[in-house]
Amino acid sequence: MSKLGTIGHRLYTGEVSYDFIGHRRRWYIVSAVLIGASILALLVRGLDFGIEFKGGADFKAATIVTAQTVDSMKDALRNSGVPDLDDATVNTIGNNQVRVQTRTLDPTEEVPKVRAAIAKEVGIPSDQVAYSLIGASWGGQITERALIALGVFLALVALVIGIYFRDAKMSAAALIALVHDLILTIGIYALVGFTVTPATLIGVLTILGYSLYDTVVVFDKVRENVRDLRSSTARTYSEAANLAVNQVLVRSINTTIIGVLPVVALLFAGAVILGEGPLKDLALALFVGMVSGAYSSIFIATPLLAQMKEREPDMKKLAARVRARRAKEAQKERVAATTTSTPTGPEVVGTNAAEEISEPSNAELEQAGSLAGNGAKRVSSVEMTVKPDVRSHREGPPREAAHREGAAKRPQPQNKPRSQRKK
Amino acid sequence: MATTTGHPGRILIALAVLVAGLITLLAVSGTWTPKLGLDLRGGTTITLTAKNTTGTGAVDPNSLQLAKTIIQSRVDSLGVGESEVTTSGDNQIVVTVPNVQQDELVRLVGQTAVLRFRSVYTAEQVQPPAAPPSASAEPSASAEPTSGATAAPSDEPTAGASEEAKPPEPSATKRPNNLPLPALPTAPPVPLDKACVPADGKGTPPDKALDWQPSEACQSAFAEFTCDTKVTDVADQGLLACNQEKTEKYLLGPTLIEGNQLASAVAGIPQNNVNWVVNLEFNSQGAAAFETATRQLSQNSEPQNRFAIVLDGVSISAPSVNEPIPGGRAEISGNFTQKSATELANVLKYGALPLAFDVSEVNNVSATLGGDQLRAGIIAGIIGLALVVGYCFLYYRGLGIVVVASLGIGAVITYACMVLLGSSVGFALNLPGIAGAIVAIGITADSFVIFFERIRDEVREGRSLRTAVETGWRRARQTILIADTVSMLSALVLFVLAIGAVKGFAFTLGLTTLIDVLVVFLFTKPLMTLLARTKFFGGGHKLSGLDPAHLGVQALPGSRSRRPAVARPAVSEEGV
Repeated sequence: MSKLGTIGHRLYTGEVSYDFIGHRRRWYIVSAVLIGASILALLVRGLDFGIEFKGGADFKAATIVTAQTVDSMKDALRNSGVPDLDDATVNTIGNNQVRVQTRTLDPTEEVPKVRAAIAKEVGIPSDQVAYSLIGASWGGQITERALIALGVFLALVALVIGIYFRDAKMSAAALIALVHDLILTIGIYALVGFTVTPATLIGVLTILGYSLYDTVVVFDKVRENVRDLRSSTARTYSEAANLAVNQVLVRSINTTIIGVLPVVALLFAGAVILGEGPLKDLALALFVGMVSGAYSSIFIATPLLAQMKEREPDMKKLAARVRARRAKEAQKERVAATTTSTPTGPEVVGTNAAEEISEPSNAELEQAGSLAGNGAKRVSSVEMTVKPDVRSHREGPPREAAHREGAAKRPQPQNKPRSQRKK
Repeated sequence: MATTTGHPGRILIALAVLVAGLITLLAVSGTWTPKLGLDLRGGTTITLTAKNTTGTGAVDPNSLQLAKTIIQSRVDSLGVGESEVTTSGDNQIVVTVPNVQQDELVRLVGQTAVLRFRSVYTAEQVQPPAAPPSASAEPSASAEPTSGATAAPSDEPTAGASEEAKPPEPSATKRPNNLPLPALPTAPPVPLDKACVPADGKGTPPDKALDWQPSEACQSAFAEFTCDTKVTDVADQGLLACNQEKTEKYLLGPTLIEGNQLASAVAGIPQNNVNWVVNLEFNSQGAAAFETATRQLSQNSEPQNRFAIVLDGVSISAPSVNEPIPGGRAEISGNFTQKSATELANVLKYGALPLAFDVSEVNNVSATLGGDQLRAGIIAGIIGLALVVGYCFLYYRGLGIVVVASLGIGAVITYACMVLLGSSVGFALNLPGIAGAIVAIGITADSFVIFFERIRDEVREGRSLRTAVETGWRRARQTILIADTVSMLSALVLFVLAIGAVKGFAFTLGLTTLIDVLVVFLFTKPLMTLLARTKFFGGGHKLSGLDPAHLGVQALPGSRSRRPAVARPAVSEEGV
């Protein structure tokens, strides 16, 4: 675990960095495939709506499940004297319950008969057959209200996003991530064929909140990192956003794990102990949605945001400036190449160091350096670049070697300078 | 920097007082467990949706209230404790009865329809269909016509209309309802449904209803009519109907009096009498109509001297009239028992409402299933809590103690609130509610993660732990509040939009979110401030979760053991 802590530190300083934004294509493709599969599943298999939405009756009785349970129960239903029970579904839950789902029944005439038939079949008193019955028109109303709920919720969330970010592009990216999660969750339901109940819907709406919150955490950090971007040439918007993602990565993983753990417990209790019911329905939607929400805010929302932002004239200019500066430095470096031993990237000692003699910005320089690569975009073609902190160079060179291995752990004002530089 | 350290001790004491207050309240109220929903202890929930029978307009809230009281009294008549009848939304009544699983309940509550008085045009005995054994137990059903017009010797000027041709027990309660009844309608060749509606569809208003004559089609339809045919009850048209026992079928005229013109119906034993009767009282409009109707009916001969009280297309009583009844008061007598008289009176009262109810939803949970669900919920809670606590200890080491303590305090407050809400406003904890509370464990722990990670970030940026707690808090606070606002907003919207049991999820989610804010602000933060002063945490002990190696820094700046009083933006480096 403390390894994760150390990685957390390195991610935070930018010492270790995964280029989420540079690899966005890969993740877009992954998501596109997933979404495509979801939509396909939705179109081909459709959703299996519970009786709450279509109307119907659902009976549960305790019994000892044998191989014949289902068939003999079907016979019992056929002989119950209630018409149109042929397409009733009978299944067993675990090894001690049988469940019968039928069309909607008349509550005073038909339900007692079906209950009696089931009770007789499994040999318990009629009163111990639990059931729920949803009238057809009521089911229609529930569906309608569910759709309204979904619509209202999406509208509200969009509003909150708009108010919170006050930035059209951020809002758009957050919203896209949200829809992404929504489609994936629904897709899983279609694909696996789980029943959609009001509890599922509640779960889905809840994850919209979660997903939004995940995005808020990442975007907050992005905002913080890009605040002084325009006045410097340290990095482009994409690079700043990427640093933000890396910085919140550990926290995102932690909050997701901690959020998902209780849901796993719910899923376990719902699916293993009870077999059916609201616990399972809720937990499944939450589980899928939370994981997808964490994924989308990092791999989809932020790259999208960066992409959109990079199109702004300001940011284009910034990117050009950063490129120009790096090119210059690269040149300088080639001149001074003889003194450098750095194999991977160019030495960065340029303008920044000059500006901030007293308050160095190691992390920034490093970040810029590692991202600078061939003077253009980035250097790492591997997924994770873990580099020893070879460039803790401020002016004083001689102690560098001695502290090389300790450098990573050195308490430094790693990420501070942004604001300090300003003042 | 450390300006907002506040007085952690005082805040903690305030919280302790709050918790103590809650516990005192619990002790005062005397309940220590939350009220459980029916899905956790077994019982029946019935949701009825009201429709306005006078048109498509909205349901009158007063009528709904009245219906609620009537249904409540019906449920109470079953003799079950703790039953609850509540209105929900603007047109629903929700009946919850714990520990009752009988079909009887649904029948009683679900027997909801419009009541109308119609004149009898033709009555005919029919063979009780495929003889449910109970029918043979009541052979008296083959009634002699017009069993003595019990011109009640009551002090009221009540001309009795006799309860006629009815078995003494009109209630179906005695029928072993599990036994097979005849198969339901085999579709008749002629749509009997429409047979008595004239081609032009013109209706007959109540004041002309007595002169109504059935068409030929209608009469021949009556001949074919069996009691298993379902016929739509249209107010101003003739109607084919049977009595409840399906022993007699009627061709009925259009509505004479609507049920809502009935002011009251009471079962009782008149003075100097031993038999149960049902007393009716009409409102002024109904009284006039009733007088006119009885005057004319009393002159007719059997069976046209009878009127039928029709509830949902079924004649619940078809007494004959021997004399005009002025004044709007009437008495129905017959072989009533207390039970059957009360039941008839209730049906009549109920029919007076201009509301029709559909049984929209029935949820019937056996006690065993309820117990299973409760157990599963508790197990899920324990596992969830254990997983979260375990993870926190693993990852945050000593800080895990803070997590456990905070979750513990949160759990105590949540539990107390649930119990108190149960005893004060009737909040019942159901399965989705438990799920909400369990999901909230994650949300609450999430706040700590944000806080801790912020503190670590601050330490990484070179602050001493004590300052890191303060500055980290200031930054984390904002994020925590946003997270909780989003969560609260979800809960609110869900609560407003959700239907039925899933409301419980939204409710507990909202409640626990509020409690999360309370705990983080009043407990976790002050606790961290205090802990940062200790040597174990503030000094970055190996197990504290804040040790330098764990954070990836070489030493905690400002930790007294190594480096006293480092200037804030720790420019200085180790070993410079």
